[in-house]
Amino acid sequence: MKEYLQKYFTLRKHNLNVAWKKAKNRKMCYLFLAPYAILFTMFYVFPVVASIYYSFTYYNILEPPRFIGLQNYISLVLQDDIFLIGVKNTLMIALITGPLGYILSFLFAWLINELPVWIRSIAVIVFYAPSIAGNCYVIFSVFFRGDAYGYVNAFLMNLGIIDTARLWLIDPRYMLPICMIVILWMSLGTGFLSFVAGLQGIDRSMFEAGYMDGIKNRWQELWFITLPSMKPMLMFGAVMTITSSFGVADVTMALCGYPSTDYAARTIVTHLFDYGYSRFEMGYACAIATILFLMMILCNKAIQSLLRRVGT
Amino acid sequence: MSAKIIKKRKPNRSIAGDIALYFFLLLVAFVMAFPIIYAVSSALKPLDELFKFPPKIFAQHPTLDNFSDLFVTMGKSWVTFTRYLFNTVFITFVGTAGHLIIASMGAFVLAKYEFPGNQTFFKIVTVAMMFTGWVTAIPNYLILNKLGWIDTYWAIIIPAFASPMGLFLMKQFMEGLPTALIEAAKIDGANEWTVFSRIVMPNVKPAWMTLIIFSVQGLWNNKASTYIYSEEKKTLVFALQQIQSGGIARTGQGAAVLVVVMIVPILIFVFSESQILETMASSGLKD
Repeated sequence: MKEYLQKYFTLRKHNLNVAWKKAKNRKMCYLFLAPYAILFTMFYVFPVVASIYYSFTYYNILEPPRFIGLQNYISLVLQDDIFLIGVKNTLMIALITGPLGYILSFLFAWLINELPVWIRSIAVIVFYAPSIAGNCYVIFSVFFRGDAYGYVNAFLMNLGIIDTARLWLIDPRYMLPICMIVILWMSLGTGFLSFVAGLQGIDRSMFEAGYMDGIKNRWQELWFITLPSMKPMLMFGAVMTITSSFGVADVTMALCGYPSTDYAARTIVTHLFDYGYSRFEMGYACAIATILFLMMILCNKAIQSLLRRVGT
Repeated sequence: MSAKIIKKRKPNRSIAGDIALYFFLLLVAFVMAFPIIYAVSSALKPLDELFKFPPKIFAQHPTLDNFSDLFVTMGKSWVTFTRYLFNTVFITFVGTAGHLIIASMGAFVLAKYEFPGNQTFFKIVTVAMMFTGWVTAIPNYLILNKLGWIDTYWAIIIPAFASPMGLFLMKQFMEGLPTALIEAAKIDGANEWTVFSRIVMPNVKPAWMTLIIFSVQGLWNNKASTYIYSEEKKTLVFALQQIQSGGIARTGQGAAVLVVVMIVPILIFVFSESQILETMASSGLKD
């Protein structure tokens, strides 16, 4: 055992030496990377570490942080009913709009792939525009206005489906579904672009080989040829989808108000915003951020293992 | 045109299926475009048409009154319109330019050289693509506060330099460059900086556009309200949205605001679509 450990350490030492020599030879690589690496560490890596640290403290900016162990997490789970509503809403939104938006992105990218070039480029603009249209989503509050003048109300009343105007954005029953519709409208984002580009790059001869081997219709072709060659883009799209579906806050805040009736449209991020910027309980807010972060990482791992099975 | 489509048809497609799909696509495209079309047409409606019942989707007598009213309102505010515009343009321009240079430098060595730690670093960057700004917002505030950058433009600009998305896309795209190109230049006696600025950068122009649009999109829409509190340093989008929340009397101007805010990213995308798609073709994540 001792001998084994000794061998292991000499090997490690040797490897480190080799790496150090290599690094010395490549000094200029580090020089090139340094500006980015420093800023990235400062504004992306360090904040996550700091966030985890502060989540174990009571910190209100004025006083220095005071270590309180797991107290923040315990209060979050056991005492904070509104946080649990937020978790429930975020999960609902993420589990419904995430996969649906992801599938829609791929489906539309795939459907427009065979259109003539100029139609395809117009279609890409039409489908992608909602996700970069700034805060254009507030226009939905006109459609879903709560009085009889709102378009949706007027339309449904004319058809005789409802007899009185519904308070779409104030009634807790309707808030989440409406937010989901709006989020889906905006869901053809970066992932969609990646899919469109990836589909263009698939080797044509693969399809021809497919005809020979008896691939009968477009659906078989999709499952056996297209999807397996798109795996890297599918991974990228998944990362983009997780980011947007767990980070929902702008849409719910703009449409349903902040805070919303009965907190029915509260999400984890809205809750974080509340504690971080309205109540200045930074430690508590960081605990919320840490939980959100863990959820995103776990979700990403789960999706990666799912995607590995595609086309097999 | 139709003859061409038929000629290019793949043998295993049914005509009925194609027609059904095109019809479906047309329908969806209409649904997707409707809110945007509606926003644009409301911005063009004169006041009496905005409150007409039953409402018309398209403006009957389109006018630019809402836009000129918007300028009048902005002109009356304590901070002038041009100042807000300057703030946004300055933040967007400096942030994007710095991001392009810094991220490309990092991407260049990550894509083309082997050195200890390169793969670990890149893995961390891909994980960081997942963070929404919210996860890091509070510690970021504390860091910026320590640096004394709160309430300056730098609070928005410097973090934007290190956006992981840009480095990721640039690195993936640069990997497609032939290594022989770089080696040839080296044999001719060029140092790394010359290789980077004279050979690599001119060859990845499509990726520039992509980095630019993602960066502009983020910065142009940045309300900056958490890091900047002086009114004269706030961005155009922030000021515009203040007008928007001005109640029913500002409905027309509010619609004009929506159009002003969304037009810039959409226009950039329209003009650079083919380059962006070329870059996105190498965006895949390998595991």
